[in-house]
Amino acid sequence: MDRRESLKTLLIGGAGSSLLLSCRLDDTTDVSQITDIKEREFDYGRTPEEAAHDEKLMDDKFYTEAEIATIAVLADIIIPGDGEYPPASETGVTDFIEFITKDIPEHKTPMRGGLKWLSHETYKRYEKEFIDCSKEEQIEIVEDIAYPEEVKPELSQGANFFSRIRNLVTTGYFTSKEGIEYLGYMGNRPNVWDGVPEDVLKKHGMEYDEKTLKRSIKPEERNDIADWSNYEV
Amino acid sequence: MSFQIIEQPTTYDVCIVGSGAGGGMAAKILSEKGFKIALLEAGPDFDPANSEQRTQLRWPYESPRRGAGTQRAFGDFDMAYGGWNIDGEPYTKERGTEFDWFRSRMVGGRTNHWGRISLRFGPLDFKRKDFDGKGDNWPIGYDDVKPYYDKVDKLIGVFGTKENMPNEPDGYFLPPPKPRLHELYFKKGAEKVGVPMIPSRLSILTKRVNKKRQACFYCNQCARSCTVYGDFSSSSVLVKPARETGNVDMFVNAMVREVITDGNGKATGVHYIDKTDSKDYRVKAKVVILAASACSSARILLNSKSSVHPNGLANSSEVVGKYLHDSTGSSRMAFIPSLMDRKRYNEDGVGGMHLYTPWWLNDRKDLGFTRGYHIEYWGGMGMPSYGFGFNMESLNGMVPGLNGETKKAGGYGVGLMEDVKRFYGSTLGLSGRGESIPRAENRCEIDNNKVDKYGIPVLKFHYKWSDEEVKQAAHMQDTFEEIISGMGGIALGQKPGKESNYGLENPGRIIHEVGTTRMGSDPKTSVLNEYNQAHDVPNLFVMDGGGFVSQADKNPTWTILALAWRASDYLAEELKKGNV
Repeated sequence: MDRRESLKTLLIGGAGSSLLLSCRLDDTTDVSQITDIKEREFDYGRTPEEAAHDEKLMDDKFYTEAEIATIAVLADIIIPGDGEYPPASETGVTDFIEFITKDIPEHKTPMRGGLKWLSHETYKRYEKEFIDCSKEEQIEIVEDIAYPEEVKPELSQGANFFSRIRNLVTTGYFTSKEGIEYLGYMGNRPNVWDGVPEDVLKKHGMEYDEKTLKRSIKPEERNDIADWSNYEV
Repeated sequence: MSFQIIEQPTTYDVCIVGSGAGGGMAAKILSEKGFKIALLEAGPDFDPANSEQRTQLRWPYESPRRGAGTQRAFGDFDMAYGGWNIDGEPYTKERGTEFDWFRSRMVGGRTNHWGRISLRFGPLDFKRKDFDGKGDNWPIGYDDVKPYYDKVDKLIGVFGTKENMPNEPDGYFLPPPKPRLHELYFKKGAEKVGVPMIPSRLSILTKRVNKKRQACFYCNQCARSCTVYGDFSSSSVLVKPARETGNVDMFVNAMVREVITDGNGKATGVHYIDKTDSKDYRVKAKVVILAASACSSARILLNSKSSVHPNGLANSSEVVGKYLHDSTGSSRMAFIPSLMDRKRYNEDGVGGMHLYTPWWLNDRKDLGFTRGYHIEYWGGMGMPSYGFGFNMESLNGMVPGLNGETKKAGGYGVGLMEDVKRFYGSTLGLSGRGESIPRAENRCEIDNNKVDKYGIPVLKFHYKWSDEEVKQAAHMQDTFEEIISGMGGIALGQKPGKESNYGLENPGRIIHEVGTTRMGSDPKTSVLNEYNQAHDVPNLFVMDGGGFVSQADKNPTWTILALAWRASDYLAEELKKGNV
């Protein structure tokens, strides 16, 4: 459902009902123009207190525009996308990082300071901002801080920062719709589990023994109501 | 404005405080017998089928924090309103001791999110003192509870297999689901080192038990509470049918302060604060049942002081709050190289593990500790949420890349993306859950200096593990490493050693706290009789985990349910006879 459609649904049972009675609503009406009811961007079963907390965090702003721009560049270096899969910055990763930094305040100082560290290091090397550097210059710095076990001692803080932002970008990407598709997670839908596929069992040298096969639930019996008449404990 | 207590007009047969496993069961049994019930719950109404409260089948990106645990302790989609800390409802700890208290404020309480591990206590579990001389025996044995375990199995539904193992009683089991791939690996590794693994016993419907609840559709999300009632939650399986009898008045957002008594010390009802209008109310009843959770019920009793009960209600023994005990817990993670680059398929399965290890060393006397533990297992290609893909630098330098060369740990770019994909489903974990020995000095009591935002004096905890529990945790860690190496895996991180008590979690962390109003045949050393009835106050019952004398290594819910049913049957008879 797009924003306009969902706003319409929201209005029909809600505070806007009387308003709607007095004006004709068709597909071309942009209801966001005739009401100041704010549609919740995230609707996932919150209690009123939780929803208020989320909204407050969303109204605050932590990163500056320049910081977000740098995060976006780093995000696409960390997760550049692959073939049909988009880079991290196109999957909502910067919005996620903005939110989670406020939600988990322990991220605040290391992230702000880490970005500042990066800025300082870039100026030392190239006398410009990270986002103004060429791709090659950016990669040269990243190479120096992306491998924590081999980092030069004078760059260790940079490696710490990079590990943190790598975590946030990676987790942001792989919890996005596109990232989950890339990963190949196939669940979160009603289905019937009937064991590991045969070819997978074979590949791993496993099998279900007779006892397991005999005792386990048969998919065709799942809707039967349990009958205890011949069952003894 | 003067202080005023508003009296509710009806006098009920029974007032039940708390709508979790114990309170839900009491409400169902007693309402179906025709008694008029007031059911009080400190949180809001909840029904997993209510779309406004639903979290089942939601995707991580539906949450702006991608499911992180900052608002709900076990993640954004977990179905517990509350957590380790609740705003305005503090608790304190004695210096040098630890206890973490998890509360869920909603109809159904913690049963909405629990692991559904539904184990019966065995004959030995009721008489551990006979076996090792420690703690105390229960005043009842397995045979007293067995008929009620049977009824609970049939009413609620639990899958499992008949194993005929001593002290792991079989029940009326629905057929279990087949093991997942990583569970077959675990089984191979465990059996190699002499550790048994059997199908789990979880209250999830692989088959239906009635027409009102659907069978499980294998989304793995029992912790989110099931919209088709395919698993057990008190809210949907007990409270809902109880309300449908028409004999239950539900009071939600009702924070109970104390039990009210008359001049003879008999309970006459409860005093609560309505969280929505902050006003004080009184509900009158012939019988009061506390089922607010072990510590909350103890708190209510200790706060119910009167000239007849100067130590708090039902506390002439001074045992209320004492013998608080939780399960022990310690965990380890592992990585299995041969589970890399897995073929993708939907292996969500039921919520929780399909196989587990029951305690297997009851006959050993040389372990240095005398109580057992079971092992829970986790892993697989699960749904990503906040934290997924963290710390790749601690994994991806361990094994050769796709081109056969060992990589530098860390990195970025397409190579990093491929690593996340390759390692997906190859990391897993083991958790031990053990029995601790109840001790009087591990306790909760009223903090003399602090009240919550409703003005109710709060609990102060005193809890320390003893050597028994620490040695048990050390044994868990040794066993975990043996199993991991038996299955061709690599244990991750440092093995927790003496300095961390072998990874032993803080008391409270496993959320199996029980024992604060223990039962017994001697009123001088126990609070309740064997029917969960207060020795001092015949029309007062406690039907949560408070009555436990000891809690085995088994999760307490199934025993809370069986005992609450047994106590409700007894109470109904006593009411009919005019004894209470």
